[in-house]
Amino acid sequence: MIDVTIIGAGICGTLIAHKLSKYNLSVLVLEKANDVASGATGANSAMVHSGHDPKPGTLKCKYNLLGNRMYKDVCADLKVDYDPIGAYVVATTLEEEQKLDELINQCIERKVPYELLTGDEARNNEPNLSDDVTKALSLPTTAVVTPWLVAMAAMEESMLNDVELKLNYEVKKIERKDDYFIINDEIETKLIINCAGSHCDDITNMLRVSPYKVETKKGEYYVIDHTGKQLVHHVIYPVPTAKGKGVLAVPTVHHNILIGPNSDYIDDKDDVSTGSGLDYVKKEIAKTIKNVPFNKMIHTFAGNRPHIDLNDFYIQKDDEIENFIHVAGIESPGISAAPAIAEDVVETMVLPKFSTSIKQEYVKRKPYINMKKMSNEEKDALIKKDPDFGKLICRCEKVSLGEIKDVINRKCGATTIKGVKMRCRPGMGRCQGGFCEPEVVKIINKHLDQKIEDIKLDKNNSQIFCAYAKEDL
Amino acid sequence: MRKTDLLIIGGGSAGIAAALGAHDNGIKDIIIVERDFEYGGILQQCIHNGFGLHTFKEELSGPAYAEKYYALIKDKEGIKFMYNAAVIEIKDKIAIVQCAEGLINIEAKAIVLATGCRERPAGAIGLKGDRCEGVYTAGTAQRYLNKEGFLVGKKIFILGSGDIGLIMARRMTLEGAKVIGVAELQPYSNGLARNIKQCLEDFDIPLYLSHTVESIHGKGRLQSITLISVDDKLQKIQGSEQEIECDCLLLSIGLIPENTLVEDLGVTLDKRTKGAVVDETYMTSVDGIFACGNALHVHDLVDYVSIEAKKCGKAAADYIKGNKSKTEKQINVLGNGISYMVPQYFHLGEGIEFSFRVNKVFKQCKIHVTGVGIDKYVNKLGIVPSEMQKVLIKKEELANLNGELHWEVIE
Repeated sequence: MIDVTIIGAGICGTLIAHKLSKYNLSVLVLEKANDVASGATGANSAMVHSGHDPKPGTLKCKYNLLGNRMYKDVCADLKVDYDPIGAYVVATTLEEEQKLDELINQCIERKVPYELLTGDEARNNEPNLSDDVTKALSLPTTAVVTPWLVAMAAMEESMLNDVELKLNYEVKKIERKDDYFIINDEIETKLIINCAGSHCDDITNMLRVSPYKVETKKGEYYVIDHTGKQLVHHVIYPVPTAKGKGVLAVPTVHHNILIGPNSDYIDDKDDVSTGSGLDYVKKEIAKTIKNVPFNKMIHTFAGNRPHIDLNDFYIQKDDEIENFIHVAGIESPGISAAPAIAEDVVETMVLPKFSTSIKQEYVKRKPYINMKKMSNEEKDALIKKDPDFGKLICRCEKVSLGEIKDVINRKCGATTIKGVKMRCRPGMGRCQGGFCEPEVVKIINKHLDQKIEDIKLDKNNSQIFCAYAKEDL
Repeated sequence: MRKTDLLIIGGGSAGIAAALGAHDNGIKDIIIVERDFEYGGILQQCIHNGFGLHTFKEELSGPAYAEKYYALIKDKEGIKFMYNAAVIEIKDKIAIVQCAEGLINIEAKAIVLATGCRERPAGAIGLKGDRCEGVYTAGTAQRYLNKEGFLVGKKIFILGSGDIGLIMARRMTLEGAKVIGVAELQPYSNGLARNIKQCLEDFDIPLYLSHTVESIHGKGRLQSITLISVDDKLQKIQGSEQEIECDCLLLSIGLIPENTLVEDLGVTLDKRTKGAVVDETYMTSVDGIFACGNALHVHDLVDYVSIEAKKCGKAAADYIKGNKSKTEKQINVLGNGISYMVPQYFHLGEGIEFSFRVNKVFKQCKIHVTGVGIDKYVNKLGIVPSEMQKVLIKKEELANLNGELHWEVIE
């Protein structure tokens, strides 16, 4: 009998697992995809909002504010990037300036640090802001992070401390027995936490009629290369509207610029295609930023946000079924809120159900080896210890063989081309894997013992191999 | 710190020829840094014929051309290859090389960039549709097939009529894949005429001019694409969409000179070529840093890469030997019909062969070259953007220039 089963290995599921891994409990994480962070966690604006924006009195507001204050420590603990670069919300009309005043009032009430700048003051710091910008609300506690690495690191450390992860495991059936659950006729568990993102309602419907319906909202983004002068150094928001926070420019932890998202409802929860949303994004960003170098665009993507019809996060114990906890509707500001959600769920909803204790010994994960963060002397010393770090595989992002081996030879390690790319960046650069992908394939083949025929780009039916050449080469 | 006279970055066709040119001109201390385990660069995956007609007067495969050219330098004393080694940074004239021994600093009197080019990926054109497997740049598919021995698709559509795409149309057909068609945005092909004939026409593969791919579809693996036609302003014609089933889309939509290493060094890049701005000695805007081959501008024939790189090596040798006196700078001014010109500027003293491309198809035309003391017409027959043009201007013709040389195409 498993104590706690978490369905879904996105940022909430993995951070909850991580919190629970500190206790003497048996914890299992079930994930439908072949890697963690495969849904909304892997495709979003990659940032921590200050908490200035959510509607007062909502869970979004509560957890965003708490999460923002926790993030620095969470990232330091998990040994992943956190960069508090700050943000500007920019106004271009009188009406928008009035909206900034409302945001300022919210900042004051919520104790969110802020500063109001004139258009010229803002442009002085960010020369590429549109000439139409008249005022800017500076929010210094805004940060950028790599959300999927937060989830991967949390899962890895959980696994080092005996949490079990089952990938490629789709929950199709849940039965309630006396005081426990049976999942897919085989897993018995005392408590379930539903972190299934876009599929939270589907999971709940296996036990009862779900009190909410997940409607997927898709957001599309451009990725701009990190060569040359950086376009902006803060996150740039337009003034928010009823539709949401609008189209942002986000300088990532790796100095790419993300431009997006739009926000459109879609029917197919797993549809991450790009389309007309990109045209909208291009049009919108021109209102706040000039000179966007779309000629340095290297990638486009779409991410799906699980919006529920209650218009807020739905985080609570089920009111009918005991020991079934909902973590649903985690759309923006979900990444920002996740650490606070995890803490609250564990401390107020899970731990009271068990008489347990904190583990005496706890194993900390080692950070991914990242040569870009090393001095030349440190790189040289590392290569002299292991010459694999001298073999450059990805020329654009300067990733070595040693770094790739590091991310596949560990708990919650990469098993696909995309898994490697998400963890240590070969293929994230301007050639988009044109040169390094065949090398990564060979590395996966050799070090994970996967047959060439089986190696996947991404999802389970995305093998790159089609047929052997006729001739012996 | 190691020291050398000449450091060449890249051991492909340009790097090898630059070494030969420098060595023939008296420089006997040359290091070539090569990322791969062998010389030859992209030639090693180009197993088709057609290389070497100018240089060796015979048709060779890519690897054979590389081997034959390498033979010209392999016994020369003082040319040293570093394999599995990559320059990760250049500071002044010190290159930091990452290799199995560690990070090695190499100080050179001159540096030649022979880093080749990269393919424009799907992300750079914002290709719309599903995130599925089966979309490859033509060169990557070529690498998988010719070096790793497998096909990345069985039912292929190709976007872009660049030469690698055409070559792959034939290659994948010969390996048993079905190539359904090639779409080209422009109203003319972007590949060499001989490749259109030998790679498409001979295999009955249709070429859709004035067409592009609107979107791609598939869960997991690519299942189909939507093809759309464009008008003479390259705008999509709504209603002309057609869905084509395929499991693989190859992209042959342009090559970009690889200059990431020197962008931070202050080397001025030409927006048109995307390579460095150079003078007639192939020296960039940074003293002692030279560029040649596809890193400078994308060539259509490897033979031309070799010729250019050899001249670049020779010029770098002159620089190292201290023959630095240069006259006043003359600038090429580009008029109607010319899309780019290399070198972008020059100094007087010798005759210069200019390399350039035109920006549309010209059936019959004259290249008109004017400046103080020169008013010259060069007749050209049937010139197209995909084929690099060359015009030699003699020393005497340039003698009276006073700052500018104007170029235009007259139909």
